[in-house]
Amino acid sequence: MLITRKAEFSASHVCVSTRLSDSENERLYGNEARPHGHNYLLEVTLKGEVDPVHGMVLDLKALKEVIREKVLDLYDHRFLNYEVPPFDQVVPTTENIARDIWERLAGPVSAMGSALHSIRLHESDELFVEYSELPAP
Amino acid sequence: MTRLTRRYRFCASHRLFANSLDEARNREIFGKCANPFGHGHNYFLEVTVAGDPDPRSGMLLARSAFDAWVKSSVLDRIDHTHLNSDVSEFEGLVPTAENILLVVDAWLRERWAQSFPLEPLRLSSLRLEETPRNSVQIPLSEPSCQQ
Repeated sequence: MLITRKAEFSASHVCVSTRLSDSENERLYGNEARPHGHNYLLEVTLKGEVDPVHGMVLDLKALKEVIREKVLDLYDHRFLNYEVPPFDQVVPTTENIARDIWERLAGPVSAMGSALHSIRLHESDELFVEYSELPAP
Repeated sequence: MTRLTRRYRFCASHRLFANSLDEARNREIFGKCANPFGHGHNYFLEVTVAGDPDPRSGMLLARSAFDAWVKSSVLDRIDHTHLNSDVSEFEGLVPTAENILLVVDAWLRERWAQSFPLEPLRLSSLRLEETPRNSVQIPLSEPSCQQ
């Protein structure tokens, strides 16, 4: 069974690659190439069996704490490019942020005895990214 | 595996009425959706592509290229139209949400190769909301659109 916990954070970013020219950046990223921010909505989905005793896949309070410690405390109300590595080196596109969140959560979730299934990150009502290292269905 | 979804809105009117059936049977199947002059919806279309982000740009697809593809394939042909009379695909095809999504799928695929000749991507899924309470979805995990 899959179980999902949502969380929100607000952060600013600018999508500019130092490896690309100004005109390439403009063409690729459009208005994302100007500094601005979003209210991000994060959905963390785990996969596991329902425990026969307590009737839950896992205690969502524990997951909430892991998300707070590993993601929200670092990301929330920050300018990602300046304050949150690796985004001093890596362009903070929604794709790259979703992957970074996977990497921050996979270990701790595994240590809780569960398994990360996917990360879904909404940048706005018009765009979201889903990232998973599991094989495609 | 990364999936990128964009959500688009279009407004259109339609009448659900199958010409092969009589008035009473249409009324029975489609109810008020069969009213003679039709009615409209604000549709939301979610288009999902899958692949690996380009290591240089950090994106699966530039948003402008994504938008240009969907706009020219779908939105320009369907937004602010009366589907039954303005869109030739619905001559003889009832414009239910299901059929609209199948037509949209064909339109997107038609321009896929021309829009993205080099990108190692595939169209992954499509979802259409006719109202906030009513949606249809096609998972398209296989086959690859590049085939």
